[in-house]
Amino acid sequence: MSEKHHIIPVWFFVGVLLLVYGVMIFVSGLTEWSHPPDTVLAELHAPVWWGMLLIVLGSVYCWMFRPGRTTN
Amino acid sequence: MNPLFAMYVTERLVRLSGVDLAIIVFYFALVLVIGFYLKRFANTGEDFFLAGREMTAWVAGLAFVSANLGSLELLGWAGSAYQYGIMAAHWYWIGAIPAMVFLGIVMMPFYYISKTHSVPGYLKLRYGSEASGLSAITFAVMTILMSGVNMYAMAVVMKVVLGWDINFSILVSSLTVGIYVAAGGLFSAIFNEVLQFFLIWFGALLIPILGLIETGGWSGMVARIHQNFPGQDFTHMWRPMSSPANNPMGMYWVGIVFGLALVQSMGYWTTDFLVVQRVLSAKDIRSAKMAPIIGSYFKMAVPLIVIVPGLLGRAVLPMHLMPASNIQAGQYSYNEVLPLMLARYCGPALLGLGITALIAGFMAGMAGNVSAFATVWTYDLYRPYLNKTAPDKHYVSMGRWCTMIGLFISIGTAYFVMHFASIMDYVQALFSFFIAPLFATVLLGMLWKRTTRAAGFWGLLAGTLSSITMFCLMKFDPEHWVRVFALSPLAQPLAQDMYQSLWSCVTCVVVTFLVTLVTKPRPDSELVGLVYSLTPLAKEEHTSFWHRPVVWGVIALILLAILQIIFW
Repeated sequence: MSEKHHIIPVWFFVGVLLLVYGVMIFVSGLTEWSHPPDTVLAELHAPVWWGMLLIVLGSVYCWMFRPGRTTN
Repeated sequence: MNPLFAMYVTERLVRLSGVDLAIIVFYFALVLVIGFYLKRFANTGEDFFLAGREMTAWVAGLAFVSANLGSLELLGWAGSAYQYGIMAAHWYWIGAIPAMVFLGIVMMPFYYISKTHSVPGYLKLRYGSEASGLSAITFAVMTILMSGVNMYAMAVVMKVVLGWDINFSILVSSLTVGIYVAAGGLFSAIFNEVLQFFLIWFGALLIPILGLIETGGWSGMVARIHQNFPGQDFTHMWRPMSSPANNPMGMYWVGIVFGLALVQSMGYWTTDFLVVQRVLSAKDIRSAKMAPIIGSYFKMAVPLIVIVPGLLGRAVLPMHLMPASNIQAGQYSYNEVLPLMLARYCGPALLGLGITALIAGFMAGMAGNVSAFATVWTYDLYRPYLNKTAPDKHYVSMGRWCTMIGLFISIGTAYFVMHFASIMDYVQALFSFFIAPLFATVLLGMLWKRTTRAAGFWGLLAGTLSSITMFCLMKFDPEHWVRVFALSPLAQPLAQDMYQSLWSCVTCVVVTFLVTLVTKPRPDSELVGLVYSLTPLAKEEHTSFWHRPVVWGVIALILLAILQIIFW
């Protein structure tokens, strides 16, 4: 993103955010699998598949925009 | 009951678990780390106030649309969708997309070529210090008030969902925003706006997904709304607008087309410096033109996470939400529909993500306003009127200080906001005061070389004063004046603001035109780079077809037309 300043791309930070949240949400979804929370449609186990989605996207962003890799 | 008092008596919706708190704490830690990391890059005025002018079209475009996608947007427009139905989507589609494309194709070249740092900066080049000073002062007032709106939105989230102490929440979030913006300037603001964009999407997208699963899809949701509210049309955008009596907003289609699409949205998206500043950070003119067009595609999709949850609230919530001004103990207001839906579908972790998205939206809204305020104060008020000859380093220091000062002033405005029935009513009133006449002044300056210095100032002043006058008249004697200005006694506050914008813009144009006729214009040689007919614009014949901003602008407009037909 930066030509003059060589700043780490913002997309890397996006990747870190998604990856960390993905892991947290996925693990939380697994731990409550047998006793889902008292919410509507809890039986769909949304945290598990939503967490997996975040992990995949976060990993892709972290890898593609890791510091030291030229993107522009 | 006083809405402020009602805030303390409503019970919390949920309790956060450990993982929810961890998600929130991680976000605060990450934005502070990013702020301190970026501090080393924000040394000059151009770095601090314009992010070094080195952002790509994608980053500038996401920041452009994200600066407008704060908690205020999420809560306020979800509440408006509950109150007015899918008609609220007009503010995302016809009330945004044409203006964004217009900014990219027509206006951005002037802002970029003139190398201005702000919209008042362009007015100074085009009209001189009178119009620029007036615009800078009104904009500074507006950004401070808007910061207060964001704080109020934050307070609502904390109150409804968490039961947290409002003052503590505001203080912690404000200080965090102040630290990271004062450290990295617009770099920090833009980085966090991009982060917030992803957070909001992934935090809020589950609500429409799970909501539509629960209702059995769009048709099931519509059927439930008709069942719950028989005889009212909340699911069509244009059909009910043939008469004010047929729609919950109480307005004709004329107000949407002329008041919203032609005046208010054009004014907001092309002259509100909060959003324009993001595009000015682009690394070259093509990126500057593409950024708002890229933003328009994302803007088109936002109703999925804002409008649909509001409509789902009509379909699935067991209680009926009320205006904030009429709320009783145990009841919820329109603005609380999104937190209610969040609590309905999201358990531990997902709830933390949703809450963090709202907090991030609030913080990005604050950051956007204070970074814009710091720029306008430093470059358009402090430098021209108080200290003209200081070194660049001094102005950067001033920017950092007024970031913090602006934050503290805006805390006080948060309580003022609570007297308005709907957050968005208040925001739209502010826009019509300052932005609608400003749009006319900027546009006339760009397109009509005859427009004079005096005309720019008097037109802007007359437009602003006329808007404030109309607002006061409609508030103090609505039975008489709403019929006069908004063309129908049924017009709701959002509809009143549309017409208020329209008439204030018309007033500005008329006064500018008349004053121009009796004053002396500037010579053409002084207007090169500032006026359309005197500025050689970069041609795009050497750019491939799919890289031309105009191509993507036209595609955005075609998609907009298709959406209007689908939801007619």
